[in-house]
Formats: sequence, structure tokens, C-alpha cells
Amino acid sequence: MQLDGNIPSGPIQDKWDKHCFDLKLVNPANKRKYDIIVVGTGLAGGSAAATLAELGYNVKNFCIQDSPRRAHSIAAQGGINAAKNYQNDGDSIWRLFYDTVKGGDFRAREANVYRLAQISNNIIDQCVAQGVPFAREYGGQLANRSFGGAQVSRTFYARGQTGQQLLLGAYRSLCRQIGAGKVEMFPRRELLDVVLVQDQARGIVTRNLVTGEIEKYAADAVVLATGGYGNVFFLSTNAMNSNVTAAFRAYRKGAFFANPCFTQIHPTCIPVHGTYQSKLTLMSESLRNDGRVWVPKTPGDKRNPSEIPESDRDYYLERKYPSFGNLVPRDVASRNAKEQCDMGKGVGETGLAVYLDFADAIRRDGRDVIERKYGNLFEMYEKITGDNPYETPMMIYPAVHYTMGGLWVDYNLMTTVPGLFALGEANFSDHGANRLGASALMQGLADGYFIIPYTIGGYLAGNSLDKVSTDHPAFRESESKVKEMTDTLLSINGKRTVDDFHKELGHIMWEYCGMARNNEGLEKARGMIQELREEFWKNVRVPGLEKDVNQSLERAGRVADFLEFSELMIIDALNRQESCGGHFNEAYQTDENEARRDDENYSYVAAWESKGVGEEPVLHKEDLEFENVKLTQRSYK
Amino acid sequence: MTQNINLTLKVWRQNGQQDKGRFETYEVSDISTDMSFLEMLDVLNETLTLEGKEPIAFDSDCREGICGQCGSVVNGRPHGQEKKTTLCQLHMRHFKNGDTIAIEPFRARAFKVLKDLMVDRGALDKVIQSGGFISVNAGGAPDANAIPVSGEIAERAMDAAQCIGCGACVAACPNASAMLFVSANVSHLALLPQGKLEAAKRALAMVRTMDACGFGNCSNERECEAECPKGISIINIARLNREFFKAGFFSHNE
Repeated sequence: MQLDGNIPSGPIQDKWDKHCFDLKLVNPANKRKYDIIVVGTGLAGGSAAATLAELGYNVKNFCIQDSPRRAHSIAAQGGINAAKNYQNDGDSIWRLFYDTVKGGDFRAREANVYRLAQISNNIIDQCVAQGVPFAREYGGQLANRSFGGAQVSRTFYARGQTGQQLLLGAYRSLCRQIGAGKVEMFPRRELLDVVLVQDQARGIVTRNLVTGEIEKYAADAVVLATGGYGNVFFLSTNAMNSNVTAAFRAYRKGAFFANPCFTQIHPTCIPVHGTYQSKLTLMSESLRNDGRVWVPKTPGDKRNPSEIPESDRDYYLERKYPSFGNLVPRDVASRNAKEQCDMGKGVGETGLAVYLDFADAIRRDGRDVIERKYGNLFEMYEKITGDNPYETPMMIYPAVHYTMGGLWVDYNLMTTVPGLFALGEANFSDHGANRLGASALMQGLADGYFIIPYTIGGYLAGNSLDKVSTDHPAFRESESKVKEMTDTLLSINGKRTVDDFHKELGHIMWEYCGMARNNEGLEKARGMIQELREEFWKNVRVPGLEKDVNQSLERAGRVADFLEFSELMIIDALNRQESCGGHFNEAYQTDENEARRDDENYSYVAAWESKGVGEEPVLHKEDLEFENVKLTQRSYK
Repeated sequence: MTQNINLTLKVWRQNGQQDKGRFETYEVSDISTDMSFLEMLDVLNETLTLEGKEPIAFDSDCREGICGQCGSVVNGRPHGQEKKTTLCQLHMRHFKNGDTIAIEPFRARAFKVLKDLMVDRGALDKVIQSGGFISVNAGGAPDANAIPVSGEIAERAMDAAQCIGCGACVAACPNASAMLFVSANVSHLALLPQGKLEAAKRALAMVRTMDACGFGNCSNERECEAECPKGISIINIARLNREFFKAGFFSHNE
């Protein structure tokens, strides 16, 4: 099968406008004849469900949480980018486009990224109209701040809770449509299969997480906005319930999975402190504006930080990257922290942490100034660690944060399965091999408010879709397959818990497919995953009943999918014999230890086709053409 | 300093809505004081699973205090004794070796217990669905800077908008009223120029739905403010009352 991105012809500035005109329309009276399923209620899913309903479609919206307001977009802290140029500092759509393609280490599709930059401005307008309380200047105008990877101030924010406020904005729009009867909301439902009829996506099978019932829903199109797969590492900044199941089961049904090895490790998180730990907490990137990163010069130096004199400290980022210092991009900062710890210079009880020290900033600006800037973050840090960062340096370590890979989609955000769309972090589209800060919120809302409402109409109007009911054999087949898996999981009755397997998988992935990778380690990890998967199906213990609240069963299904999916990540990482962005293969680095791309051989999107359980997936390549930006080696010296 | 402590837990177990429910006692040992409260429950659940018993059902998602999905009553206090802290951010260093801890679900007429510590807070969503929004479709918004909002008003709106919808205010209130929740939403939108047009209609609709969902009345106990993990102020309730009375006085069509 030849992958076709369906990218419109013509100059990049005109592609989206031209495409919107070329897309077939569904007339207003006919929209009510179509049913659309949207899975997920985060920034992408919530905004899509609300907007499609505003247009007149009948929407069924599903989420695993108890309320659509809890989707994990809510935890985003920093902000949302837009090319408004309100600061008059030389920003433009073109500059946001350029920064994003470059920040992604030239592994994103130009046309998609340009459209994202164009739409960014509409998003801010829409959110303000909804009542999102963005930070303001005294005069009433919107405030901006700076973020990594850009030399302009284009980030809009609502304190350290931008994701929360944007999500609640989308949630309110969604609630309005639920109240109006245009969206039927299904909370506490987990997608367990996508149903295809005549090769088109025509519905889903879910488990009701309260009653345990397997339920079937039919529609004319299915939209997945089910987030990223960072929890394959067990420990990540993702929420406890974030998982790959919806995307992975779509992959099994024929949707190609693109660039699964592209994962983002965020440099400033609170370090792991025990085997019982369930998740990691991010400390905003903004802290690196004033905090200085250091480790002791001598490996194994276990003195209290206050007892280590200046002469025995190594401010390694300032030493190695004099022009960017502590503000190097995320991937570079993360890899360097790992390098220091690998040399035995890590600090804290585990030796897997570096210091982020505010002593100089407090001396220079006074405690009040630092408190105003970072007070809430310092408070959160103290709550979790019990240490007071005004008095002793913070300890930080990189943690899994975001996944750039996802379901392959064309310019219409449609997967390789007709009628199955993927939005937000669940797709692969806009961030290449590394996402810039404040761009995830932008992409989720662009997809939901302003792209899918147009492109789904083009699909519906361009296909004659017979009515399908859940009595169709394809639904029954799906249902029995899902039930069979549940029965198996509940009947194994082995000796290890689901979390125990998940933690072991996480260790393997972090060790061999994390911040730095090499071919030997990847091969080894692949074998380990296969063995672990085999053991899982013989020795997992899932207590409780099928027809009841059963959180162990929920997790078991997710971990079963992670155990399959992790191998796909390894296969993808082994295939990509270059380093780029979040994918760092130690064999491919510059003399200065930066990622060395191989544009000649790997300037493509790797889209994997499932051939079934136990079969090798097949690679399809979508070549990336760069007509508007020049490919360069990134340097931060 | 990190320590390991032993605790006695009295946990509410209830097998669905029909079951009457009861406290069951569990001993947990070697609990690191660096653990969060929910991680301590994770440890207990691992043990229960291996012993062939059913783990305790409880809700949680982000575990960083922002999604609002977690929450139980710990020793009589929603989210436990620490101020402005969700249960997932309550750490075991606030407990002593040998402590006995009682853990029960948020209780209110409008919140049904689904299982153990897990409750259905769908009524809060229903209140928002009845009017807790600004009626604007995607697409037609004017330039964001065309609607100036003073820095001070934006800050006050943000103070109210911080509500995470966890329901602790309801669980804390002797009348199981949702006034703090409703008022945070009403004030946030009524403070902003974008939300003023519908302010009266919104307040009326939300208060009516709140009543219909079985939440109680506000009798100024202030327990809600004391237990709110986000520090939402009862000033918002005064603002809600103002909007509600205005709506009553100036309502033409009812």
C-alpha cells in the first residue's frame, strides 16, 4: 500500500485555504443524519466533540474518567503558543512554523505544521471568547512569556495551570452541547475495539467500567483522541489511566502506527524515590531561567550540598554550552543529566538526580522575587519531597513526558482505516522527533476546533455510507473477541500482579529505549519483552469479577497492550539508524555528542502495519519533503 | 528524614449501591514516609491481590492535584488533614508510626457510592451542563485582544476558575451543598466581560439544577472553604447570591 498524505498542492501559505474549499460539504440539514463517535475528552477530543455537535452532527463522546473534565490535558502547566505577535517582537506564522519544524529536528510534515501555525491564532481568540482567564497585563491586554526553542514571546498562559483552563474551556463547550442533547456523554467507558464494516470504521466496542458490561456503538465515523503512550515506561508524568489501548487496538485493525520510538524525556522532574512510586511529577521548564544545574566534581561525593564548596562543583551545562547554559533544549538537558549520573556524580539517595540550585538567584533578586515567580512550584516540590527549595537545592531528574509518535494520519487527520480519525497526542503529525514546549495544547485544540470539523465533512460527503447497526456480525465478532480476552485474563490466576509486570516492562524500556539507545541494548530489550509477555499470559493474577468495578482487570488489558506495543517501539528504534530529537542512538552523534541525523536515508515517517499477533510488522515510508525550510544541524554551544 | 512506619487502616468496603457497606481493618507495615497516601493504598492493594482478596476500589488519575478525580474522607476530613492538599498530594510523613487511619468515601445524597471509596459525582457535571458556560461556537470569535480584561479582574476570575470539581466541598458540608462549586463557576464567568451577558440566566439555571440533583442548601458553615484543596473562597458564594437575586428581580420571562 502506497502511503498518501493527501497534501494539497500549491504554495504552503495557500494549502489549507485551498483544501477547505476543495473539501466536499455536508449541508446543514443533512448533518443531523450522521452519527460520529469521539473517544477521549481532552483538548483534542473535548473540542472535537463540542464543535462537531455545534455544526449539527450527532455525537457520542466517551472517556475513561468519571467526568470529561478530568482528561490528562488538565495537567499541562506552561502555556500555549500562538503567532499573534502581540509583543511586536517579530513573530509571525512563518516563524512559528519554522521553529516547530526545526525544533522537531526536521522529522515533521511541513504542510501540517504550517497549518498548525496558521490556526494557532484562532485558538487564542476562541479560548478567550469561552472565558479562559489567561494572564493579562494591567491595561487589559493578554500577557505572554517565552519558552524553549523560540526567540520571541508567544506563549499564552493561565498561571501554571494553562492546560487546566483550556481543558475546562473545551469542557464547558462540551457541556453546553450535552445539555442541548447534541452530544451523548459516556463516562467511565474504555474502548476495547474498533469495528470495521466493509473496511470502514463504523463503531466501537467498550467496557462499562462500573457495570463491566461490554457495549457496542455504531456510527458513520470514529474519532480517536486517546492521548499518548508514555505509560509504557510505567513511570512517567502521564496520569495513572493514560494508556495505548485505543491506539494499539486500532493498529491491530489496520491503522498504521507512525514513529513509535519518538518519545520526549523532560529534563526537570522530581526524581524517583522508591519502588512503590506510582508516577513522576514535572517541575516547569521555566525554573531553568533562574536555577543553576550542578553535580559534585568527584564521583561518589556524598556530602550535603551546602558542604560542597564552589570549587568542588561542576555546573556542567554552563561549562559545556556557554551560549545557552542552563536553557538548552529538553533533549540536550536530559541526556546530559543522564551522562553525569552514569559517571557516578548523581546526587541523592539513589544517585539518580542532579541539583537545580536557586541560591544565586535568591542572593541576587531576593527571596520575594523568586517566590512570586515560582512560589507554587516550590510549594509543590516541598509537598512531595519534604525539602524546602529556598534553603536546599532542588533535586531533579529527567522523566518520560510526551510521545511524538502515534497513529499515522493524512492531511485530513484520517488514519489508514477509512472513517477512522486520530487527533492530538494520539496521532503522529506535527512535532517530528521532538516537541517544543507549549505546542501540545496548540495542536490538540487545532485538531479539535478547527481541522476535524472540516475534514470529517469531506469524508462523510464523499462516501456513500449505508446505515449499520450493532447487530452487524462485525460487532458480534468484536464483542466475542473482547470477552475472550477478559475471560483469559481473569482465569490465569498466577502469582504476579499486573503492576509488577508493568514495572518490569517500564524498567526494560527506560534502560534500553529511553534517553539513549544502542543497537545491542535494543536487541536485548526485545528478547526481554518477549519473555516477559510470555510470562504475563501464564502468571498474571487478576482478581475480581468481569461484571463489576474491576480496576485490576482494566490495568491488565492496558499492560497486555503495552507488552505488545513496546516491541513495536523497539523495532522502530532499531530501524531508524540515525539520531534525531528524542531518538538518540549512541552510534550516531556528532563530535560534540549531539544527535546526528541521516537526512539522506531517514528523512521519512516510519509507518508500521500490523500483520497480526506474533508476526513482524511491515514498514511503510512516507518521504518528507522540505521545500520551505533548510535542513541544518542543531547546535547550542 | 525518610522513615518506615506501620499503620492500622479502617477502610470502608461496599460492594455496589445495594450493599450496606462496612469498615474493614487492615494492618500495613514498612510504609515509607515519602509515599503519597494513594501509593500507600497501592501497596495495600498489591498485598490484598497476592492474598487472593479483592483490592480496594478508589479513583485517581493525574496524582498531581489537578484532575480532581481522587478524594476520600480521611479521619473525618475530605482529602485528609493537610490544608489545600488533594489526597494524591497528601504524603505519609504527616502520619506517625502506630496511627490508626479511617478512610471512607465522600458522602452526599447526590453522590452514590459505586464501590468502596469510589463515588459517582456526575451530578456536578449535570450542574455545568445546565448553564455553566458561555454560549459561543467555535469559529466566530473576535481577536482575543479586542476584549480587554483588567489584570485584577483576570486574577480574580482565575482564583475562582481553579476549582478542580473534586466534590470535597460537598463532602465537607453538613448539608451536602454544592454552593462553593457552583459559585466558583458562576463567579469566574460573571467576572469576565465575555460571561456577563448570560450571568443571570446562568446563575438561575445552575442553582435550580443543583437543587434538583439533591444537593442541600448553604447555611454558611464554611466547612467547604476550609476543606477545598484549591483554596476557593466563599466570597464566590456571595457573588453567586448577588447574581441569583438579580436574576430573580429582573427576570421577565418567568
